[in-house]
Amino acid sequence: MNDMTPTAAERAEKLQGMGCKRKRVEDVRFVQGKGSYVDDLKLPGMLYGDFTRSPHAHARIKRIDTSKAQQVPGVLAVLTAADLKPLSLHYMPTLAGDVAAVLAEDKVLYQNQEVAFIVAEDRYAAADAADLVEVEYEALPVLIDPLKAMAPDAPLLREDIKDKTDGAHGKRRHHNHIFTWEMGDKDAVEAAFRKADVTIKELISYQRVHPCPLETCQAVASFDKIKGELTVWGTFQAPHVIRTVASLISKIPEHKIHVIAPDIGGGFGNKVGAYPGYICAIVASIVTGRPVKWVEDRIENLTTTAFARDYHMTTEIACTRDGKVTGLRVHTVADHGAFDACADPSKWPAGFFNIVTGSYDFPVAHVAVDGVYTNKAPGGVAYRCSFRVTEAAYCIERAMDIMAQKLGMDPAEFRMKNLIRREQFPYTSALGWEYDSGDYHAALQKALEATGYKQLRREQKERQDAFRRGETRELMGIGVIFFTEIVGAGPSRNCDILGIAMFDSAEIRIHPTGSAIARLGTKSQGQGHETTYAQIIASEIGIPADAITVEEGNTDTAPYGLGTYGSRSTPVSGAATAMAARKIKAKAQMIAAHLLEVHDDDLEWDVDRFRVKGNPERFKTMTELAWAAYNSPPPGMEPGLEAVSYYDPPNMTYPFGAYVCVVDVDVDTGATKVRRFYALDDCGTRINPMIIEGQIHGGLTEAFAIAMGQEIHYDEDGNVTTGSLMDYFLPTAVETPNWETDWTTTPSPHHPIGAKGVGESPNVGGVPCFANAVIDAFKFLGTTHVAMPHDNWRTWMVADKLGLHG
Amino acid sequence: MAKTQIALTVNGRREEALVEPRTLLVHFLREQLNLTGAHIGCDTSHCGACTVDLDGKSVKSCTVFAVQANGAEIRTIEGMANPDGTLHALQEGFREMHGLQCGFCTPGMIMRAHRLLQENPSPTEEEIRFGIAGNLCRCTGYQNIVKAIQYAAARLAGTPFQEAAE
Amino acid sequence: MIPGPFAYHRPASLQDAVGLLSELGEDARPLAGGHSLIPMMKLRLASPAHLIDLAGIAGLKGLREDGGEIVIGATTTQQELVTSDLVAGKLPILRETSLTIADPQVRYLGTLGGNVANGDPGNDMPAVMLALDATYEIAGKSGTRRLAARAFYQSAYVTALAPGEILTAVRIKVPPAGHGYAYEKLKRKVGDYATAAAAVVLTIGGGKVASCAIGLTNLAETPLYAEEASRIIAGSALDDATVRKAVAAAEAITAPASDGRGPAHYRTKMAGVMLARALARAKARAA
Repeated sequence: MNDMTPTAAERAEKLQGMGCKRKRVEDVRFVQGKGSYVDDLKLPGMLYGDFTRSPHAHARIKRIDTSKAQQVPGVLAVLTAADLKPLSLHYMPTLAGDVAAVLAEDKVLYQNQEVAFIVAEDRYAAADAADLVEVEYEALPVLIDPLKAMAPDAPLLREDIKDKTDGAHGKRRHHNHIFTWEMGDKDAVEAAFRKADVTIKELISYQRVHPCPLETCQAVASFDKIKGELTVWGTFQAPHVIRTVASLISKIPEHKIHVIAPDIGGGFGNKVGAYPGYICAIVASIVTGRPVKWVEDRIENLTTTAFARDYHMTTEIACTRDGKVTGLRVHTVADHGAFDACADPSKWPAGFFNIVTGSYDFPVAHVAVDGVYTNKAPGGVAYRCSFRVTEAAYCIERAMDIMAQKLGMDPAEFRMKNLIRREQFPYTSALGWEYDSGDYHAALQKALEATGYKQLRREQKERQDAFRRGETRELMGIGVIFFTEIVGAGPSRNCDILGIAMFDSAEIRIHPTGSAIARLGTKSQGQGHETTYAQIIASEIGIPADAITVEEGNTDTAPYGLGTYGSRSTPVSGAATAMAARKIKAKAQMIAAHLLEVHDDDLEWDVDRFRVKGNPERFKTMTELAWAAYNSPPPGMEPGLEAVSYYDPPNMTYPFGAYVCVVDVDVDTGATKVRRFYALDDCGTRINPMIIEGQIHGGLTEAFAIAMGQEIHYDEDGNVTTGSLMDYFLPTAVETPNWETDWTTTPSPHHPIGAKGVGESPNVGGVPCFANAVIDAFKFLGTTHVAMPHDNWRTWMVADKLGLHG
Repeated sequence: MAKTQIALTVNGRREEALVEPRTLLVHFLREQLNLTGAHIGCDTSHCGACTVDLDGKSVKSCTVFAVQANGAEIRTIEGMANPDGTLHALQEGFREMHGLQCGFCTPGMIMRAHRLLQENPSPTEEEIRFGIAGNLCRCTGYQNIVKAIQYAAARLAGTPFQEAAE
Repeated sequence: MIPGPFAYHRPASLQDAVGLLSELGEDARPLAGGHSLIPMMKLRLASPAHLIDLAGIAGLKGLREDGGEIVIGATTTQQELVTSDLVAGKLPILRETSLTIADPQVRYLGTLGGNVANGDPGNDMPAVMLALDATYEIAGKSGTRRLAARAFYQSAYVTALAPGEILTAVRIKVPPAGHGYAYEKLKRKVGDYATAAAAVVLTIGGGKVASCAIGLTNLAETPLYAEEASRIIAGSALDDATVRKAVAAAEAITAPASDGRGPAHYRTKMAGVMLARALARAKARAA
């Protein structure tokens, strides 16, 4: 070996595999404005669609007159429910076992619901015509408050299913009832509360919000009459699911439908479901024989496609006097809007809300969720979290603070006392989950030390004293939380969507010259999959990441997959990628053995090559083996070097973290300033620390927005009052704090590379941390709970109620 | 409605076109000139994804009519790379500092940052944050965007970029 | 969001603009920066049949000093106010206020004339104009006239501008050197209208306030000149008791809407808080 031979470390570095801060492949096109998003697509003869929408939240449609709209120059068609009904397309199935109107037939059930679809030569003509569709409405009583949905005299919303007593998830006991979902041991919890020294009970509401990616939902549908084939480009987080749904709805065979998700401008859960715009674009293309583009505007996005949360959780904790939790009981009213279009795995109508015991060793727990209809838009997606996990984390982390306060204990100390201990993993929770791995105490301890928690508490005390003396009008709040996420849906034994098990997939093909293409069933919306999947493959089989193309989003070429949401890409497709790579590596090993004339077992892997044990000079690199796989495979072996893996995870993964937030609250205006935010995340094996950090920054910023200002708010008439970016809070660079990130690493024992997923953790942990910090500022005066969002006026009201304004 | 003749310079190229007076500049750029780098995010002039440079000003092209740009000189993200095809310091900075994720806000963000650095070649973090407050990003939390702009400022000034200690 | 169709006019002179406006009547709207009007048109809350673009009229541009007054052309942009040495030196409250308006991109196109003339109670400059006792120059078919800003605002989007009239310039008497000033604005985020805002311009002599004028933003259907509060402050030493009295007087004239920025009574209270803070800052700045 001469000095020019690179060392193993040098060779490993060149691969840019797992653990390195590889620069993103995607960025080269994005920084030059050469991303290709749906609205960038221009097809010959393409038409544009636009909707006429209902101004009412609940009204009967007496008459629709499209004649004026039809006369607008450039308009080709105006579709209403009457046109869709003969095709059985006026309703579409939802992911939750309900149906949703595509175009309203005789009733509208929420403001801005779709009533007519205009198809025109350009978007200007379509917009003009949308204004000219005349609809006569008869207003009906409006139901907005989910807590009143099941009152005996509550208005009947869903006339289409009024006689249906069997819902998708059991009996319906009221015309506005969707389902009741229960888990845990009710009697044991009852007993725990009877025996408890101390109990707390609080209605903890998580307001309705919206994921609001910067790019709205959009699609282009193109039906080829000659071939009978449909191609749909769209903002789809789950393109294969869309293809299956489109086939079921349209009766076009699945092999004749091509679904393509090009670059996506953020999703955060908004782009999981199927929307009337997609269906109408498809129908319009079939009717006109031309491609049809539909692009949502921001108001339509915020008011009609896929809200999140709207969970109202009555939460009780039982505890011993010395601070050991003994029981948890949560009853939730879940507002699903006018149609149950919740995007959850089929058997989980309340998602994984039973992660609500959080990171704590609750011996017993019981949870019940009642889903109800209201006159609001449908949805219920996981906005940058796994299914209903932020709701659960917010619920338990608020409740733990309330209990600590009642006990007179420091909230960090109370958590320390109740965290699941390292030796308890794998840990089965009282509500049935098997947590894979964790070292919670070490993580929380590190967070407390890194932030100088004790010193912060001393400073807070001094501030309170100064406030009492009238020397300052600012209070200081410290939020501390510990969260456990549950991601990577999921094992086929308990997770499916529309009967499709929630596996995911990867297909890797090595080219003869040693470069490769990998195709996956997931779909990046900014997570950087083109960069990170290549890093996994690079580490697994020793091909430089730069020599690997990663492709997603085309259902013709990608293996079937369930898509990207719920932080499932790394846990599921990341695992599939590693497993497919290992199949390739196994074949390569046989080829190497043949070429080196040794037995398979006499070879060992060395970064990018197989070498003969005890004789490292004799080796075959992966590049050499790729060539040999095609051109000189061992006798009897098929040529080629490719593999596909469909990975059915044995369990979920459970990322966790400890966050600390410090805020200063201006008592006179209610304005809150985040002085410091520290986030320690443990996502298991870290594939690309740069991307992980970016994901955490982004998730924390979304959490900040939710906790401090976001709300899809309805007035009593059902009008959305926060339907544009003037009123729906998206923070700018000025309001957004700086983030401090940190980590521990506890690999998942059941995942091929030990990775757990990270994109959503910061939202799950961030929201309760901000909330706890703001409320903590007022705790010394007796405040126990305040509902989000913690915007200026609401915080001022807290101070005002406490008599702090003189 | 009668169309109006306009002539303008876009990325150094003279363009003449007939437009309806109500045609928004962003639609003109995207659909008539096929410059799809400027994106539409909010429609109400809040998000800045459609930002382009117009006669030395950063403007939101969703809130300007194409007829108003008659005679103007416009630069879009497609005109930002160096003449030899290499990336502009800002484009490089966004990639180096992981200043983007989904990429949807990026062209507007870079165009805004370009004008900011023209007016203030060595901005403080606070000045950068204030200067890009008309551009929303849903992915990054801005922290790395700030670094990307600092990186570009250093590169353009010919000084080495040093990340501020956290 | 697509605006309705309209005919576009770009007159080269004020005379032509005014002529067009009166000829086309109610169907015509002047277009300056467009950052209020164009979003309204995209939402189809406004559908003028004619837009008269004022950008080609040289006479509406620019800032100059004219005797003891500063004259600012109506199509002067916020960005031009922010970067003007004349403004920074003699009317620094305008710069401070401009920087609280919208965001950089909007400030490059948004004009002072548009901000003061369209009658949106959320706009920031009108309250400052009330505090500065500015005069508006108005041109119509029958000639030009001048009107005090304090007599201009009638109700939301309703001003003293008659049909066919255009606000052409703002004239502001240069406040004495060493005057104190502040524009305090509470908002939810950059780009938002004020939850409440207060403009204060005062002078101090011999430890006492010699003169004081207060304007309030987004707290009623029109910008408010807080005359009573101004009078209370004038002559005082800005002691706590006097400030409290002035705050109460200012709060008493507010009638804000309840909206996403908060319920009415909160916004009224914020008017008081902003005023107290503006007074303190103005005092600290006064020589």
